[in-house]
Amino acid sequence: MEFLLNRYRTITVLVLVLSAQLFLLAYQVKSRQDIPVARAWATGSFVPMARILESFRLSTIGTLNNLADLGRTQQENQRLKAELNALKLENQFLRAELATADRGKALALFQQRSPNRTLAARIVGTSTGAGAMVVLIDRGSNEGVRKGMAVITPEGIVGKVTSAYPAGSQVMLITDSSFAAGVISSKNRVHGTLRGQGHSKCSIEYIQNEEKLETGEWFFTSGDDRVFPKGLPVGQVVVAREGKLFFKEVFIVPAGLQKGLEEVLVILEGVHQPIPETFDPTQQLYLLPPPPAEPRTKLEADRVIRGVVSTDADLVLERYKRIGTVTGHAYGTGGTPNFNAPVDDAPVSGDPPGAGASAGAGPAAENAEAGRPPR
Amino acid sequence: MTQFSDHLLGTRGRPRRYRIRPFALVLIPVAAILFQVYSPRVLTFLGFLELPLLATVYFALERRNQIWGLLIGCGIGLAQDSFSHNPIGVFGMVKTMVGFFAASLSQRVDAENQLVRFGVGFFFYFFHQFTYWVLVSTLLAQPIPFSLAETVLFGVLNAAVAVPLFGLLDKL
Repeated sequence: MEFLLNRYRTITVLVLVLSAQLFLLAYQVKSRQDIPVARAWATGSFVPMARILESFRLSTIGTLNNLADLGRTQQENQRLKAELNALKLENQFLRAELATADRGKALALFQQRSPNRTLAARIVGTSTGAGAMVVLIDRGSNEGVRKGMAVITPEGIVGKVTSAYPAGSQVMLITDSSFAAGVISSKNRVHGTLRGQGHSKCSIEYIQNEEKLETGEWFFTSGDDRVFPKGLPVGQVVVAREGKLFFKEVFIVPAGLQKGLEEVLVILEGVHQPIPETFDPTQQLYLLPPPPAEPRTKLEADRVIRGVVSTDADLVLERYKRIGTVTGHAYGTGGTPNFNAPVDDAPVSGDPPGAGASAGAGPAAENAEAGRPPR
Repeated sequence: MTQFSDHLLGTRGRPRRYRIRPFALVLIPVAAILFQVYSPRVLTFLGFLELPLLATVYFALERRNQIWGLLIGCGIGLAQDSFSHNPIGVFGMVKTMVGFFAASLSQRVDAENQLVRFGVGFFFYFFHQFTYWVLVSTLLAQPIPFSLAETVLFGVLNAAVAVPLFGLLDKL
């Protein structure tokens, strides 16, 4: 027996192990009972490890996601930067366009209310002479421009035409050192001669030291030079001091050149005007709001004709009343009227759809549409 | 016998190796079971891998001791049973037999040969799946499907994994 066990030891162990497991299996099947200790042990030992693995997996995934997000964010950042640059350029372009439009509008307005007959012109170039303050405008003798005509902007005088050609003209700016014009101060009525200095400021010469002149005082054209009509703004005094000999040293900032030069007016026929006592170039011109739009529906038209002030709520209330009349429904008695019943509030014929959409929105909306700040 | 078969069977009579470190003996089966329990939730495409089986085969082949092989197969199988929904003992019996036969085979072939490892991996995967199917069908009377083509395919895949895996475990 012992020999047999030694001879077949491995087989014996195999049979024993298999038998034990078979017995275990049979016990579980027969008794319909599990071995909870084994499963609890397995689960209890597995869960902490799985938890560590899970946290490692999640942190790894989180890190990878963050890296991916970082890459995407970088790409997005580059795209947005490019977009921002493009938008900046576009914004700059639109601002320039808007400024041009504003200047054009102001010029046209000034042209309308100025008693002088003027011709709008655009600066298209500058002279090539060294130190020469001369510009080229796109209006010439074909449009009636002649040599010696005054060139102005709504803010003040700019210069005078020195040469007129069929398609364009040369204009000497008031800052040119050879420019001269007769001027008079607004407050003390001091006469002088405006001279260009070759830079941004101009001087007023031949004002006696005894004459009274204050810093901040405005100078206007006197009309003595027979070029500029009397009463056009020239500039504001920034320096006024007594000179070494007989005359004061007076410097002004030319008002007509302060906002840059793009559009100018050539005075074809000048009219002398009085010198104002007080002058405030920053004062805004009051403009009426545009007229309200035409009524959108017959209902609105009816109320406009009757002179009733209507809000949108009034119109809705009126419409519901008409629906009640048409359908014979008495509100407050229960039931729901047919709100789709046809009533006489169809759009007025000939009006485009959406016309008058801003009716009743007030001048603020109208001003906003016109690009003006509300007043 | 041919030279090829001599090459495959050339280890007969060599001294037995006991080079598996104790920590590897514990950690590798635990890691294999952990992988099988945990990975299908995250890496579903690795569900075909039967790493506890490959660990059993590896240890049985390396130790070349049948008793040792059947005991480690029994241990790994019972641990695997603890995580299954079946009564404890099914995987235990299957892997006991796998460990025993793998250890028996290792005494006749060169267990370090790549081709042998591939063949052993494929054979014992098929044997494991088939035996498991038989035991569950007969002892537990549970009808589980057995697809021959799928078993062969997964056997090849497991064998393909077994070759580099055994090489890796050799270095531990």
